[in-house]
Amino acid sequence: MMLAALRVELAKVFSKWRTFIGFIAVGVLIPIIVLAMGKEGNQYFSFATQALSQAFDFKGNLMNGYTVAYIVFGALYIHIPFLVTLVSGDILAGEATSGTYRLIFTRPVKRSTVITAKYLASMLYVNMMILWMAILAMGLGVVFLGTGEIVVIRSQITIIAEHDALWRFALAYGFSALSMMTVASIAFLCSSLVENSIGPIMTTMAVIIVFTIISAIDLPMFDVIRPMLFTNHMTGWKLLFDDPVPWPRVFTSASILVAHMAACFIAAHVIMQRKDILT
Amino acid sequence: MLKFVSPTRRSNTAVTNTNDFPRSHVIGRMMNVIELRGLQKHYGTFRAVDGLDLTVRQGDVYGFLGPNGAGKSTTIRMMMSLIRPTGGSISVFGQSLREHRESILRRIGAIVERPDFYNYLSAFKNLELVGRLSGADVSRANIMRVLGMVSLDERATSKVKTYSHGMKQRLGIAQALLHEPDLIVLDEPTTGLDPQGMKDMRDLILALSADHKKTILLSSHILPEVELTANRMVIINKGKAVVEGSVNDLLNAGKMKVTIETERGEDVRAALTSTPWLGRISGVTEHAVILQLEKAEIAAVIQHLSSASVTINSVVPVRSLEDYFLSLTSEAV
Repeated sequence: MMLAALRVELAKVFSKWRTFIGFIAVGVLIPIIVLAMGKEGNQYFSFATQALSQAFDFKGNLMNGYTVAYIVFGALYIHIPFLVTLVSGDILAGEATSGTYRLIFTRPVKRSTVITAKYLASMLYVNMMILWMAILAMGLGVVFLGTGEIVVIRSQITIIAEHDALWRFALAYGFSALSMMTVASIAFLCSSLVENSIGPIMTTMAVIIVFTIISAIDLPMFDVIRPMLFTNHMTGWKLLFDDPVPWPRVFTSASILVAHMAACFIAAHVIMQRKDILT
Repeated sequence: MLKFVSPTRRSNTAVTNTNDFPRSHVIGRMMNVIELRGLQKHYGTFRAVDGLDLTVRQGDVYGFLGPNGAGKSTTIRMMMSLIRPTGGSISVFGQSLREHRESILRRIGAIVERPDFYNYLSAFKNLELVGRLSGADVSRANIMRVLGMVSLDERATSKVKTYSHGMKQRLGIAQALLHEPDLIVLDEPTTGLDPQGMKDMRDLILALSADHKKTILLSSHILPEVELTANRMVIINKGKAVVEGSVNDLLNAGKMKVTIETERGEDVRAALTSTPWLGRISGVTEHAVILQLEKAEIAAVIQHLSSASVTINSVVPVRSLEDYFLSLTSEAV
């Protein structure tokens, strides 16, 4: 019955216009960024490394598909949560708004099955979005700009060898999927609490903004909670481009994200099991 | 316009067999399909349903009546496991709803209040999706058959957002029938239908009951509809059953309004002057008198008027469910 319920949920999700907003947005943005980087990327690169230009001499195809994919990843990563919540925030609350809880919860299927199917459908959507982003950024980058070493410019510059790039990207996209699934899980929990879709979307974004601010303010009173905030771990994908990769930190961040996901799913599950359907 | 096309019954869904029910729920050959005992739903101090008892037997078209806010929809929502009772028990097909929810819901088709659908999907797709969750046959032929029953087959591929309220109501009936349930729960099914649609709905209910032996719980505000379709009924008010029984028995109980048409209304009043019936006169016109009488008193009144040489042109007893409903619910206020 779970498969039937999942099939039903996916059919509903992918019949809605809002589901494709994210795919369209990413599909428009990434080609523009890749083309712009191909044309003027070297200027961008010179500007980013100007402080080091007198000490180091950069040679080779540094503005290549891999480097562009890394830059695109970092640039879009902040905005993907907005797109993710469009579906996850609506998946339960949308049924309340349209009165269709009555249609699905009077079927001979356990509520828990329907709720789990909805959760899985929204997680599948998130993963498809990340996959779409990966295919576009990596695919277009490599096709138009070729391959090469990744120049990672953060507090320090790390040059990742070409043969070392693909597994790092694969894991980074996997980690980002985990981060976005955490955001989607929070939206899912909010969606179980209210009866319109706007509330969960706004609430999730508010949570991300508040937690990000708390993570950024370096005050001792936040030291206790900061390590537990999911926003502090969402950027863990960047660790996969450190050399060497700090694996314990990666696993810790991933575990905290998974714990958030599990907590949100269980809470939403309990709420929906006890909920009186009055809409 | 609704038209009824006989649903083909699947052999594996035949359930109208006494062996399907525990012995305690079989009285002779009359089986209780729904039994509510002491059902309660409280919201804080407000008692939406307050110890409701009712019994729907197999084959009944059971009228579920009550004024707005009486607790009808809350009761139906509890029966469909949309809301959790505060107390009491719900038994359907002889099984506890709490313990056998899925197997019970597999045999119920329902419209709960207004029929809402996924407006961005077609009628066909809506039925396909809910059918999958019900374990129904979701072949194109079966979905089109059910849509044909409610005359929506020609609009099967139109998105539901283009449907009128009446069409959505008919689609609601289609989704309730798709998995060929044994019990059909209809909450205000004629709301939004035009007069022809209402008549067609009545015919459909009667056909489902008579030809296909479905048990039907019909909640309605349109009392004549219950009169014309139901064989048993309950009237509830303030979350409690005020009266339950056969529609005929209830219509024949108590006083009824009797209009006696005559040459001069005043002659009737004069003839009844020294009788206890004088006080039962509720209206006198030039050619008629209206009295509130017990059914058994009508013959005696006619005999008395005949012996007093009053010319009687006709006697019209009127006993409507509406009068009865209003008298009961106003007494309970």
